[in-house]
Formats: sequence, C-alpha cells, structure tokens
Amino acid sequence: MPAQTLPQIPIKKGEPAYKLWIFEPGWKGELPLILNPRQLAEQKRPAILPGHRLCAGCAAPIIVKLASFAFRGPTIVVNATGCLEVATTIFPYTSWAVPWIHNAFENAASTGSGVESAIKAMKKTGRLPYEHVDVVIFGGDGGTFDIGFQALSGAAERGHDFLYILYDNEAYMNTGIQRSGGTPKFAWTTTSPVGKVLPGKMQHKKPIADIMVAHRIPYVATGTPAHWLDFIKKVRKGIEVDGPAFIHALSPCDRGWRHDTAITIEIARRAVDTCYFPLWEWTPEKGYMLTDRSLAIARNPKLKQPIEKFVEVQGRFKHLLKPENRHLLKELQEWVDAVWEDLLRRATNAPK
Amino acid sequence: MAQAVKTPRIPLDKQILMTVNGDEAVAYAVKQSLVDVVAAYPITPQTIIVEKFSEFVANGEVHTEFVPVESEHSAMSACVGAAAAGARAFTATAANGLALMWEILYIAASLRLPIVLAVANRALSAPINIHCDHSDAYGMRDSGWIQLFVENVQEAYDTTIQAFKIAEDERVLLPVAVNLDGFFLSHTLENIHMLPDEAVHEFLGGYRKIPKVKVDYFDEEVPLAINPARPLSFGPLDLYDYYFEHKMHQVEAMKRVPEVVREVNEKWYELTGRKYGDGMLVPYEVEDADVIVTVLGSTAGTVRHVVKKLRREGKKVGMVRIRMFRPFPHKELAEILKNAKVVGVMDRGISFGSYGPSFLEVNTALYDYKEKPLLVNYIYGLGGRDAEPSLVEKMFEELLKDAEKGVVENKLRFLGVRE
Repeated sequence: MPAQTLPQIPIKKGEPAYKLWIFEPGWKGELPLILNPRQLAEQKRPAILPGHRLCAGCAAPIIVKLASFAFRGPTIVVNATGCLEVATTIFPYTSWAVPWIHNAFENAASTGSGVESAIKAMKKTGRLPYEHVDVVIFGGDGGTFDIGFQALSGAAERGHDFLYILYDNEAYMNTGIQRSGGTPKFAWTTTSPVGKVLPGKMQHKKPIADIMVAHRIPYVATGTPAHWLDFIKKVRKGIEVDGPAFIHALSPCDRGWRHDTAITIEIARRAVDTCYFPLWEWTPEKGYMLTDRSLAIARNPKLKQPIEKFVEVQGRFKHLLKPENRHLLKELQEWVDAVWEDLLRRATNAPK
Repeated sequence: MAQAVKTPRIPLDKQILMTVNGDEAVAYAVKQSLVDVVAAYPITPQTIIVEKFSEFVANGEVHTEFVPVESEHSAMSACVGAAAAGARAFTATAANGLALMWEILYIAASLRLPIVLAVANRALSAPINIHCDHSDAYGMRDSGWIQLFVENVQEAYDTTIQAFKIAEDERVLLPVAVNLDGFFLSHTLENIHMLPDEAVHEFLGGYRKIPKVKVDYFDEEVPLAINPARPLSFGPLDLYDYYFEHKMHQVEAMKRVPEVVREVNEKWYELTGRKYGDGMLVPYEVEDADVIVTVLGSTAGTVRHVVKKLRREGKKVGMVRIRMFRPFPHKELAEILKNAKVVGVMDRGISFGSYGPSFLEVNTALYDYKEKPLLVNYIYGLGGRDAEPSLVEKMFEELLKDAEKGVVENKLRFLGVRE
C-alpha cells in the first residue's frame, strides 16, 4: 500500500500526540489502513494515549490501540463502565485523543444509538461538517453479555451504524473478578470460588458472537490482540459496513486469570491454538468464515493444541490440573471440541 | 392561569386554534421545536406523544431521528448520547418507565445536558395502575432535573417549548421535565392556541446552539460536545478530589434557574399573550386569604373553581399552584403564604413514613418566619382517584375550622379515601 498522508496536523517533535486526532470542520477523505508493520510503527496513531492506569499486562489498551489503527477518520468512542473506562479517564486526565463518552454500565449501545442518531440528524440539516463520523463502542463482558445485552440487542435490531467491540476478560474484573456470562466453565472467580463441592463456575460461556450473528447484522467477527493484523482488518470492516457490526475480542487479564503479566499475548495466542477462542468473521452474504490461525488449524488439524495449553498458564484453572480433576479437564476439552466441530461445519471456507 | 394581554406579538387570531389532548399538544410542541433526536418507548398514558410524533416522522414533516428504543432506560441513554453530540433531544415517559430511567436521569443532569422529558404523571406499581398521581415525578425529585407541572393542555404546549429555552440557556444547562397529569391532561381534549412554526423557531433561536467552554489542552474556547473538531471526554471517573466541586456546579446552576424561568415566562407572554404567574408560582385570591391551599398540576383547576365559589360565600380562601417543583421557589412561596392562618398542602403522592414531598418543601419555606401559618398536608388522588369539587370544598371547610381554632390536631390527612 502506498504511503498516504495522515490528518492535517502531522506530529511535530514536542507536539502533543492528541493533535493528530483533531479533524477540522470540513475535513474530507479517509485515513489509510496501514497493514505494513514497519510503516505502522512509524506512523502509528493510537487513539488511546500513554499514561492511562490500566494494569501492567492488561490486554484492553492493546485492543483499543489496535482498533484505533483502523479508524478511518472522525470517530466518536462510546465506553461502557468498566476497567477501560475508569482507568483511562480519571478526572482531570483523559487518555482519549478522540471524542469519548461514558454514560453508564448497561447502556453503551443505546448511548451509541443516540450519538449516531444525532450525527444523522445533523447531516440531514447540513450541520455536520464531515462526510461521515464513525461511532465505535467499547464494552467489557459484564456490560455486553449480561447487564448491557438488552441495549445491545435493541440497538442491533434498530440497525444503527456503529461498531461494538467487546473486550472480553471473562469476568467482572473492575469490581474484583466476579463471574459473568462470559466466564468459562470451571474458572475460579470470587463469586464462583473453587470449594470443597464446587470446582469453580458451573456454567459454560454464553456464545455472544453467535447471538449477534443471529441478529443478522452486517458484520460479526472475533479477534485477539495476538492476531493483531487480523484484528485491525476486522475493525476496519466493522467500521466500513453500513449498519451495526460486532467484534468479540478476547482480552486476557493477568489479575483475574492469575497469569504472569508478560504472557498476555501468549495466552491470547494459545486461546486460538487450542480452539478455545476460534477466529472467524461472519457476513450475511458469506456466512461464517474462519480467519488467520483458525483457518490454518482447519486446514491442518494437527496444529490444534489440547486445552491444557491454554489452562496450564492460568491460576484460575489450576485446580483442573490436579489428578483428581482430570475428568473436569476432559469435560472442558469435549466442550471446546464440540463448539469447534460445530464451527467447522458452519464455516464456508473450512475444508469439508 | 393564562392571563390575557392586549397586544402579543402574535395576536390570537394569528395563532392556530387546534383541538388536541395533552399528549398531542406536547407532540406538536416538539415538532415545532426543531428537535434532532426523539428516543422513546411506549407507556400509558404517555404513548400518544410518541405515536403522534411517529406520524410526523413517517410523513416527513420533521428532520428528527426517531429512535424507537427497547426500554425507557435506553430512551434516556440515547438522549444522553444525542445531547452530548450536540443534538436537541426529547423523550417522554410515565410511572414505571420513569422509574426505569432513574439511573440515567442523574447522569443526564450531571453531564449538564439540556434534554427535555415529558412525564404524563401516573401512579407507580404495585398494584399496577395506569392513572394519574405524582409519585413518579416525586421519585425523580433529587436527580438534578428542573421539574415543571402544567395545569392544562394549553400550558402543556407552551411549557414544552419553554422547556427547551430554559434547558439550553447557558446559565442553566440542565434537563427539564414537563409534567402533565396522566389522562386528566394527557387524554383530555382542549382547544388550544398554537404558534406558527416560524415563531417557535425564532423563540428558540433555531437549532440547538452548543455552548463553548475553556479546557486545558485547547488554546481557544471549544464546543461543549463530543466533537471530532475538538475532542473532549464526557463522563469520566471523578473521585473525592473533584466530584464534590462538580456537584457544586449543579447547585449553582439550579440557583440560576428561577431568573431564567421568569425571563422565559415574560418572553412567552410578550410573544403569545399567555403567562403563568411568575413562571414558578401561580397564586389566586391569596392577598387577604386566611386559608391558602397549594397544589400541583391539573387539580388546580378544581381548586380554583372551589375558591371562586367560597369567595362568593364571603370566605377568605385562596390558592397557589406550584408550577416549578425543582428548583423549589421557597422564598417566593413563603412570601405569599406567610400571612395566612392555615395552609393546606395538597400532595398527589406520599413519602411513606413521612409526608407528601411538597409538604416538606412548604415547611422548609416557612420555618424561618416568626409569624407563620399552621400547616396541614392533604394526600389525595392516588392512583387517579378523582379530586372532585365537593372533596376540595370539604378540605377548605376543615381548614377554615382549623383557622378558627388556631390549632391543627392532625397534620397528615387523606382526602377521598375509604376508612
């Protein structure tokens, strides 16, 4: 891809980085989608700036940063209550270089609906000084699987033009690691502790991305920060489609998953390698399409790793490695296999 | 009560005479107010507002984006998003729907978003009841919203337009709830005078204007909106080091509301020939009254009728209609009430274990006066029970007896309830 110029104010030495995200009224065009790693490193323009107070090893800011590499121009970010929101906007500071709004926990999608409707109304009356303003919503698993699901489903049904990115760290991490509808079976959390009778959470994870597929919105995908090129491309597609788009991003959390802060990306990689979290995208036209590593595994099943590889590096699953709990691990493996086989049957690009 | 003026800028014959119910009046007012986003969810007795407005949208009569949300919680959430993005936003609800919005009511006020909300007042469940009382509105008392109560359909129309003007005034920047009694006003037809569209546009100054503020990282003043030209963060985490000061901003903004309400009331008077007291309180026959009754909403019409009758009988009675409940005009009300012997405070809602919410306000208003009237709280009309003239008359008779005796034995009375 040829190098293209970035917004009207190139970063000068000593000039604050947020200025890159100032789109003067009348700005036209589209930011290039840079996929060349070197070029990306040179021209990087994350919408989330350094200085935020998310934990060392947290995947959420990586997900946001990668997503913002795919923004195509003026973009408004809506954020559900959660780690990302509280740790990036502690008044009087903000890490957001783009216009950003947080309303409450369960209403990021409806807040986004309002923002998008305002943009439309202004455009209709000639008051919007841009060709388009994109709306990107970030919500955690609590704000998406559970308390925010109604608002999300409603907004998807109404067909607002937004991209909803779920950063799924598989529990209510912001309030101290409580189980959510996104927590996997047998995971330890503070409200699904491993006790004498119960081996952690007793229910499987809700298939949130499949539920969004069932809404038949224009674009649904999964992604991880480890498969960053795949993720950036998917974010751009989600922004470009006309109507609601949903991306489910796995977001390892060293505090809640009890893993070393240095292996966040490695864990995300293992989640895909073990088929615990397959990478795919779905459109109404093409149906399920495997992408990146998951497509490679579908083509060469030998690449598929046992679930132990994902489980063994996380303290929340350590009880599964005890000899007396082998049957639990086996059950988890069987569930992962069943979901993966089901996906292979549905994926239009999987070898049959 | 609307008072006639000789030469309004738009004389009555240039105004449009329409027969509409309260909900339709609100819908027409919203239509004329150049609202950008309406997000609403159906609930009786508010539903006609959104039904009527949907017709305007379906017929292309408005530029408004209508967002038929999946709950009232999302209705207010969408209004917050829209208003933060610089739009003029409106929603309407009642009772349980308002209760579901509760969380976001606080957020709308704290983010200083000039949203207008019509509440077709209705009793809260349980038992489920669709008829009028003010328990829903009293529930949002502390949320930081301006609360106006209207007496008739004409006032519902007038006040909805005024609400945008008040909310968007840079001295205020607070959301406004326009309360109209469910069914008594929402579903009752009246002949009203509406302004031509252009007059409303002119009154509001066209589309919503975004105020500008100074923030640290921009040299110039920037629009107070989520705006790609000057990115701001709305709704951040605000801890013990700043939260209190931000709450003080709301306190200060509320203090500036009365002057703005007064001004808007006067401007409306010049334009249309209609005004409602000083915008906050509407007194009637209070000058020499021994007994004064305070009341909110449509019941004021009945009370006025009874006052008229009793005055003809030579009884010194009067009435004050409380049009603005938040911020509460304590001082102004006390000045009207202070010379009466007894004041009866009518509340169409109760704080269980205490008194009616407006009774607490009237007490607060009068506490500092050395000479002050005796106070009695009348809880009436819960769940839509009619406050018919005979009941109101009975209340006045009781109060007149109290005035004679100079002592009140039972401060909390229930009007029109079976024993």
